[in-house]
Amino acid sequence: MNQRKKTIIYFTAAVIFLAAVAIGGLFCKEAAQATDFSQKNLLPGLSHPFGTDWLGRDMFVRTIRGLSLSILIGLAAATVSAFAALILGIASATLGKGVDAVITWIIDLVMGIPHILLLLLISVALGKGLTGVVVGVALTHWTSLARVIRGEVMQLRESQYIKIAEKLGHGKLHIAVKHMLPHLVPQFLVGLILLFPHAILHESSITFLGFGLSSEQPAIGIILSESMKYLVTGKWWLALFPGLMLVLTVILFDVAGESLRKLIDPGSAHK
Amino acid sequence: MKNGRKTILEIKNMSISFKQYAEKKGTKQIDLPVIRDLSVTIKEGEMVAVVGSSGSGKSLLAHGVLGLLPYNGKMEGKISYCGKPLTPKKVEKLRGNEIVLVPQSVSYLDPLMKVGAQVRGGRKDAAAKERSRELFRRYGLEESVEDLYPFELSGGMARRVLICTALMKNPKLVIADEPTPGLHLEAARQTLSDFRAIADQGAGVLLITHDLELAMEVADRIVVFYAGTTIEEASADDFRQEDTLRHPYSRALHRAIPQNGFGYIEGTQPYVKDMPEGCPFGPRCEGFCEECQKDIPWVKSGNGYVRCIGSLEAGRMRA
Amino acid sequence: MILLVIGVSIAAFLLISASPIDPLQANVGQAALGSMSQEQIEKLQEYWGVGQPPMERYLAWAGDFIRGDMGTSLLYRQSVSAVIAVKLGNSLFLMITAWILSGFFGLVLGIISGMNEGKFVDKAVKGYCLVIASTPAFWLALLLLMIFGVWLKVLPIGLSVPIGVEASGVTFMDRLRHAILPAVTLSITGVSNIALHTREKMIDVMESEYVLFARARGESRWSILKNHGLRNILLPAMTLQFASISEIFGGSVLVEQVFSYPGLGQAAVTAGLGSDVPLLMAITIISALFVFGGNFIANVLYGIVDPRIRKGAKER
Repeated sequence: MNQRKKTIIYFTAAVIFLAAVAIGGLFCKEAAQATDFSQKNLLPGLSHPFGTDWLGRDMFVRTIRGLSLSILIGLAAATVSAFAALILGIASATLGKGVDAVITWIIDLVMGIPHILLLLLISVALGKGLTGVVVGVALTHWTSLARVIRGEVMQLRESQYIKIAEKLGHGKLHIAVKHMLPHLVPQFLVGLILLFPHAILHESSITFLGFGLSSEQPAIGIILSESMKYLVTGKWWLALFPGLMLVLTVILFDVAGESLRKLIDPGSAHK
Repeated sequence: MKNGRKTILEIKNMSISFKQYAEKKGTKQIDLPVIRDLSVTIKEGEMVAVVGSSGSGKSLLAHGVLGLLPYNGKMEGKISYCGKPLTPKKVEKLRGNEIVLVPQSVSYLDPLMKVGAQVRGGRKDAAAKERSRELFRRYGLEESVEDLYPFELSGGMARRVLICTALMKNPKLVIADEPTPGLHLEAARQTLSDFRAIADQGAGVLLITHDLELAMEVADRIVVFYAGTTIEEASADDFRQEDTLRHPYSRALHRAIPQNGFGYIEGTQPYVKDMPEGCPFGPRCEGFCEECQKDIPWVKSGNGYVRCIGSLEAGRMRA
Repeated sequence: MILLVIGVSIAAFLLISASPIDPLQANVGQAALGSMSQEQIEKLQEYWGVGQPPMERYLAWAGDFIRGDMGTSLLYRQSVSAVIAVKLGNSLFLMITAWILSGFFGLVLGIISGMNEGKFVDKAVKGYCLVIASTPAFWLALLLLMIFGVWLKVLPIGLSVPIGVEASGVTFMDRLRHAILPAVTLSITGVSNIALHTREKMIDVMESEYVLFARARGESRWSILKNHGLRNILLPAMTLQFASISEIFGGSVLVEQVFSYPGLGQAAVTAGLGSDVPLLMAITIISALFVFGGNFIANVLYGIVDPRIRKGAKER
């Protein structure tokens, strides 16, 4: 089995697992809230693989539900962010020097504030709720991808065949759609997928800090934030398993993105 | 008299191939042969030019001899150095000392290191300093050049600096990889005569170039390289006249020289992936026949070698 | 750069003013508010700046800020500069330690990994970096807290000084012990990014023509690393190192929260949750100053170190 076949297998496995978690979580809304005071503070065991918390809620179900929420929020935010990056990146590279200067300046500006702090500000601005998290993550993550796309478009514009197309009198739109988009789509897809892990990490961080969702919605950050209070009393499983699952999720997104890049990038043809 | 000299490098049936995916998005891997059945011999004090157009895999020949192929490259065949097989272990010890490379361009120098230090290869002792100064003087480089960075060198200066790097030790074999492109004719001539001088002092020089005309001026023997294979080996004298050449491609090359009429033949070199059966030159050759689609042997012909059915028959008919 | 800082301040201010959260409700509480007289409420509203148009408030704030008056923290009831001086002092210790440690280990791991591309060491480093990069800083902090604070009980659980000891009784060792876990967490998180980027650059260097030529000249791996590797990795590493300031700042917010370490990050969270506008503004500006300052230093150093820029500039 060579590298490329392996890469395809990794990609498929990661996508299937993530889809399963995301969809599975949708069906256990009630189960994640269900309290059972006869089953309080149980260690992980057969009936409760991740144990139960101080209200007797099953941590496995809560974790899946939380991850599912986080994945969906992450997906939504990252997608919005990636499209913003695509549009701004192209605009910056094609609409002349003035626009470019403004957009580059905004990119510098956004990058100048540490992500978490900016997220915090946006979330404050939007009243600490679901929208705040989604908008916050979306607004903070587009910058680097926008830079990549801007660079790519600029390079394309300098290339011979685009210049020839211009000389042939093709319209700007025609050139953009016919000649540029096909080159940008792979870059964009990979960039989009590689945004997911970041989006999920930041989503969980901001909810962990208490700026995101209310505690009735057990996003993974909330679960971990709650677990912190019980840590000192030795209830390690409340923090360990949800956290591990979060790490696994993020890694899988990363694996999916990297494998896709390897498959698309012709530079890895001989590996 | 040259027959009495010691053979320094002998390459027999060298093949170099690369592992690659068969299609752009496919999952099948294939071996891509870039050089096939290459044979070259270099003796003491002799300068042999390997001439081929760009894309014929010439640079890989140098990297192959020096054991510097990338990890997905594979080399077969026999290389012997001074009569003994040149193993990877041995070449690692010899390169930089007895076997040296003069690379193509200034991009082979570290962009952030001063030229003087690079010529000395990181050595800081007085002997190295003395030697590098002497070389600089010999090649007309001012001492202040030592303190320049590679990006500040002119094309001609860069060539001379690169030659200096090779001569820090006393090499027995110098491999010069395309030393002339980007130079104007005078500078190119000067560079090649510098290599000639190195050979005249007893080292073997393997000159890899695309410029047949210049190669004829300085080399003792010329090996013609086409689509990854050697097709003819002959003395430089043989190249002065079309009649003394054995292979139709060599003759075409000869005709392509401006003084000989700027002759032109149809077509291009085949790409490695769609190499024809048998003779790679077949599709462009006037004398193409069915026999040409079989394996063509590398045979002695006069004081040279050739890989061509046509010339075999011509030879037989003459005999 | 000044323009960028002004931009940051405007953006931050707009965001905060757009907030629908009523600072009175958030801090005084609904019940207390209900039992107050109208006069008291108006007084409070004035204190929290409710009802003034944002433009006016911004200009007033900016005018004070330029004169060096960062206003009064509404939550801490002290001048913002005093609050920040204390918090920044605490945080800087953490951040500088983490900055140096992560920079050093990131560079070393990246170089080792890049020199041995595809080998076991490389895979191990890459795997480690992938896992760390995928681990939220706060969870790593929780884990370390669990292991060293709760189980092994070798290091304190939180705060920057022991509880119940008077300020004068706090020794340097106490402070150090309390800072170890947060600093280690921050360093571990910071390593992965620097190591991965250094690795990429190192691979580029190793595949370059000048390294090929160095090998052709018989230079050993060690000599190649010494003569060419370090030299060419230095510039990108420097940029990375200064660019990592932003990340460390962000990480410190999370880590300080977990360890209840009274630094700038924790203050930012408190200020955010409590709508403490002057404090939040000041923290945002200071972090932006650090980030832009870092980028600026990196650019200047680049010009000094890289001969192509240095000499090129002279000729022009």
